[in-house]
Amino acid sequence: MLLRHTPKEVFERSALTINPAKTCQPIGAMYAALGIHGCLPHSHGSQGCCAYHRSTLTRHYKEPIVAATSSFTEGSSVFGGQANLLQAIGTIFSVYNPELVAVHTTCLSETIGDDLPQIIKKSIDEGNTPEGKIVIGAQTPSYVGSHVTGFSAMTKAMAELAQPTTHKNGKINIIPGWVEPCDMEEIKRLAQVIGVKITMFPDTSGVLNGPLQGEYVMFPKGGVTLAELRQTSAATGTLALGEWCSGEAARLLDTKHKVPCRILDMPFGLAATDRFIDALRTIAGAVVPEQIEVERGQLVDMIADMHQYFYHKKVALAGDPDQLIAMTEFLTAIDMCPVHIVTGTPGKKFEKRMKEITKDSPYPVNIKAAGDMFLLHQWIKNDPVDLLIGNSYMKYIARDEDIPLVRWGFPILDRQGHQYFPTVGYRGGLRLLEKILTALLDRQDRDAPEEKFELVY
Amino acid sequence: MTITKNKAEWQPADVKQELLKVYPPKVARKRAKQILINEAEESSATPEIVANVRTIPGVITMRGCTYAGCKGVIMGPTSDIVNLVHGPIGCSFYAWLTRRNQTNASSENHENFMTYCLSTDMQDSDIIFGGEKKLTAAVQEAYDLFHPKSIAIFATCPVGLIGDDIHAVARKMKEKLGDCNVFAFSCEGYKGVSQSAGHHIANNQVFTHVVGQPTKERSEQYKINLLGEYNIGGDGFEIDRVLKKCGITNIATFSGNSTYDQFASANQADLSCVMCHRSINYVADMLEVKYGIPWIKVNFIGANATAKSLRKIAQYFGDKALIDRVEEVIAEEMPAVQEALKDVHPRTEGKTTMLFVGGSRAHHYQELFKELGMKVISAGYEFAHRDDYEGRHVIPTLKPDADSRNIEEIEVEADPKLFRPRKSAAEKQALESQGFEFKDYQGLIPDMDKNTLIIDDLNQYEAEKLVEIYKPDLFCAGIKEKFSMIKQGIPMKQLHSYDSGGPYAGFKGAVNFYYEIDRLVNSKVFGYMQAPWKKNPELSATYVWE
Repeated sequence: MLLRHTPKEVFERSALTINPAKTCQPIGAMYAALGIHGCLPHSHGSQGCCAYHRSTLTRHYKEPIVAATSSFTEGSSVFGGQANLLQAIGTIFSVYNPELVAVHTTCLSETIGDDLPQIIKKSIDEGNTPEGKIVIGAQTPSYVGSHVTGFSAMTKAMAELAQPTTHKNGKINIIPGWVEPCDMEEIKRLAQVIGVKITMFPDTSGVLNGPLQGEYVMFPKGGVTLAELRQTSAATGTLALGEWCSGEAARLLDTKHKVPCRILDMPFGLAATDRFIDALRTIAGAVVPEQIEVERGQLVDMIADMHQYFYHKKVALAGDPDQLIAMTEFLTAIDMCPVHIVTGTPGKKFEKRMKEITKDSPYPVNIKAAGDMFLLHQWIKNDPVDLLIGNSYMKYIARDEDIPLVRWGFPILDRQGHQYFPTVGYRGGLRLLEKILTALLDRQDRDAPEEKFELVY
Repeated sequence: MTITKNKAEWQPADVKQELLKVYPPKVARKRAKQILINEAEESSATPEIVANVRTIPGVITMRGCTYAGCKGVIMGPTSDIVNLVHGPIGCSFYAWLTRRNQTNASSENHENFMTYCLSTDMQDSDIIFGGEKKLTAAVQEAYDLFHPKSIAIFATCPVGLIGDDIHAVARKMKEKLGDCNVFAFSCEGYKGVSQSAGHHIANNQVFTHVVGQPTKERSEQYKINLLGEYNIGGDGFEIDRVLKKCGITNIATFSGNSTYDQFASANQADLSCVMCHRSINYVADMLEVKYGIPWIKVNFIGANATAKSLRKIAQYFGDKALIDRVEEVIAEEMPAVQEALKDVHPRTEGKTTMLFVGGSRAHHYQELFKELGMKVISAGYEFAHRDDYEGRHVIPTLKPDADSRNIEEIEVEADPKLFRPRKSAAEKQALESQGFEFKDYQGLIPDMDKNTLIIDDLNQYEAEKLVEIYKPDLFCAGIKEKFSMIKQGIPMKQLHSYDSGGPYAGFKGAVNFYYEIDRLVNSKVFGYMQAPWKKNPELSATYVWE
C-alpha cells in the first residue's frame, strides 16, 4: 500500500495540509499568460518558483513552456526586487524580443512589498521596456487563493488592457477559464458554427498543442493578440466560463467599459453546454444550427444507451471549483452519484453550490472547499466509491483502494490526450462518457467471474 | 535569425561570439567568463571557468532554487522521515513525487512517507502575524497521525522574511514529543544562486542531527557509505546489487532509497565513496574529520567506470578475497555489457551529443557515451562549482562571495568517542605510493576533448543557438529543455529524471543506457517531420490524373 499510513478515522486538522488538491497562484498566472500571442511570462521571485511552474506545465502539456525569472538572491530579498525586475525586463526584450512580458508576483516579492505597477512604470521611463512593447502585471502571492485564482488574476490583467472606446465591433468576448488548449479550440469551433465572432482570452490553442515540424518557435502562432485584447472593450458582451477562473475579468470589462457580462459554468456536460449555447445564441441573436442540435442529440443518445452502467454508481472527485461544479452536475444528470468532492481552492460559495447540485442524491454527500486528498481518501475508506475522477495524484488512492480512475483536471503527468481531445461541449461530453464507461467496464471485465464474463455490453 | 554557415565552418571562438552577441555588454562580459573553449593554455594548467555565480535576471535558466536542492534532491528520497514544508502550498506540491527517486519500502511495516505531501499551507494571516504557532500545531498533527521517528521541517521564501524561527519550533517539539527527532532546514529559495546551496544546507543538517545517533551496530565486512547517489530510475538498486554480489556492504546511501537509521549509522562505515562530488563532497570531508573515515571518488555510471570503482574499493580494503571476488564479479557481468555494445555500437559510433545537467552528471555520463563511441561536443553544469570543472586543487583558492557566505558552514572536529582512523598515515601512504588516490577529483575539463565548449549555467537562448550551429545527434538536459529540442528534431534525453527509463548505473544500467541511446539517435520519428508534398517542387500541371 502506497498510502499505508492514511487512517480510516477522520482526524481533525487545524494546521496541516496533506496531499493538497490545489497548488499556488503563480502557476495559474503563468499558464494564462501563455495564452497571449507573443508573450513571455515572467516570475518575479526566486528561480525555483519559475523552474517548478515550468516543469509542472511542461509535464502536463508535453510542450516547451518558456518563462523568465527575476532570480532573487538574499540581497534582493532584503533590499527589494526592483533592480532585478528592471534588469530582467531589459534582458528579456534584448534576448527574446517578445511582444509583451506578463509579470506575476510570488510569495517572496509580495512579502517584501515590491510595488509592481511602479516598477513597470519605471521600466518604461528608464527604457528597459522598448517603444512599442509592453509589460503587464498580476499580483499572485502564493499564500492567497490557489492556482485557480492566479489564473483569474492574470486573466483580469489582460482585461485591463482594454482601451476606452465608443465603437462596438459586434464581437463577443469569451473567457474560457483554465481548460485545455483543445477545449479552447472546441469553444471557438462552437462559436464559429453558430456564426458568432468572438475574442477568446486567454487562448492557449496553437501555443500548447503545437505540431512537430522541425522548427522551434518561442512564440507560436496561437494566442489572443494584444490588438484583440485592447478591443475587448468594443465587444457586445462577455461570456465568462467559470466564476473562479473568469468572473473577475468579465466584471472588470463590465464596470470599466460597460461591456455586459454573463458568468456561466464551464461548458462540461449536457446542461452547462446547453446554457452556454443558449447564452451565445441570445447575445449574438443567432439561430442554433442543426449541426449543434445533432451533436447535442448524440450526447443524449449515448446517455440513454449506456444509462444502466452509470446508474447510481458512486464517484469521488478532486479538482478545481469551476470544473467540479460542471462535472458534478453532469454526473448527477446521468444518474451517477458524486458522494465525496474536494477542492483545495478556498470558498464557501463552492460548498453552497455543490450542495445545491447534489441535494437530491440518494446518498449522503461530503463536500469541502480548502480540503485535501488526504481527507478525500479517508472519506473513501469510510464510504467506498465505484469511480474516481481527478488528476494524476489520484492514482495512488486508486491503486490502494482498487478503484478505477478517470484522469481529468490538472496536472495529468502520466497519460496523454488531454491536450488534443476536448471535454467541453457536447462532443467533449461524449469523450467524458467514453472515458467513464471504459473505466467502469474495464473493471467489470477484470472482475467478472468466468460465467459472467460477457462479450456484448 | 537563421544561421547559414555549415557546421564544419564554425570555430569554437566564433560560436562563443555568436552566443554572446545578443546580450547587453555587461551581461556579455559576465557570460564570456562562463563559456570556455577547452584548449590547453601555455602553462598547461586546466583553464579557469567562472561557476556558481548568479544567473542574470530575465534569462530563461535551467536552474531551480535552494529549497529544491534541499527538500527535493537530498531529503526527498528518504522514506521514513516525514517532510513538512512550512510555507504556501506550492513549494510542497511541486516537490511531491516529481523526482524519480525510487524507494523500496515494500514490506508493510516499513514506514514510507514518500507519497505524502505535507504543508502548513500558509495564508496571508500567517504572513502578517507569523507562522510559528501554525507550524507547531502542524508538527503535532503530523506526529499524532503518523508517529514517525523523525520530522524534517523545510523553510520556504516567506518564512525567512517574516522571521519564523523554525529551529526553535523544531527544538521545542523534539523535546515535547520525546521519541521523534524533529529538525529544520533554513532552505529559503532565495538563498545561494542555485540548488547547490540547498544540497549544502540539507547535508549539514543531516550530518548534525542524524549521523552518529544511536542505532544498531553494523558488524558486516567491507562497510562503505555511498554518498551523492539519489536512486533516480533505480540506479541505487543496481549499484547495491553489484556491491552485494562483491560482498561489499553499503550501510548508508546519501540519500537514494535511504532511511533514518542508515543515516544514523553512517559513522560506522570504513570508507565513504562519493558519486556526485558537487552535492556532497563536504560531507565526506566531515565524516573523515569527525569519525576517521577516508573517502574516495567513485563513478558507477559506465561499465568500465563501475569496474574501476569496484577495484578501487577492493584495493582500499586490501583483502585478497575481496580483490579476487571483485574480479570475478566484473568477469561475470562484463560479457552481457560487451554483447549489448557489440550490437549497439555500430549504430551509435560517431554520433554527437551535448550534456547540460546537474553538478556531476554532465561529467559521469561521458563515460557511457565514450563506450558508445559518441562524441561530446559541448557540456556544462547547471549548478556546479569551479572544483567540479577544474578539479579539487582549486578549492583552497575559491573565495566566498556574498551569495555563498550566507550558507552555513559547519566546523567539525574529531568525535571524542567515535573517532577512529580507519587507516593509519603509514597505511594511507602505502596505498598512495601504489597510485591510489584519496579525495581525488579532477573535474570535467580534463576529460573533455580539445576545442569543445564548456558552458556553465547554459540558458534557453544559448541552448537553441548551440543546437542550431552544431546540430548534435542528441541533446541531454532536463524536462524544461526537452520539448524545445524535440520541436527542432533533436532527440532529447533527460539526465535528471531519465524520462521514464533507468537504471543507467552499474553493469545492467549501462546496457539499458546503450539501448536507450540507440533508440533515440536512430528513431524514425524525426524523418516524418516534413509532409511528403513539401519535399517535391510545386506541380505545374494540376488536376491531371495519370
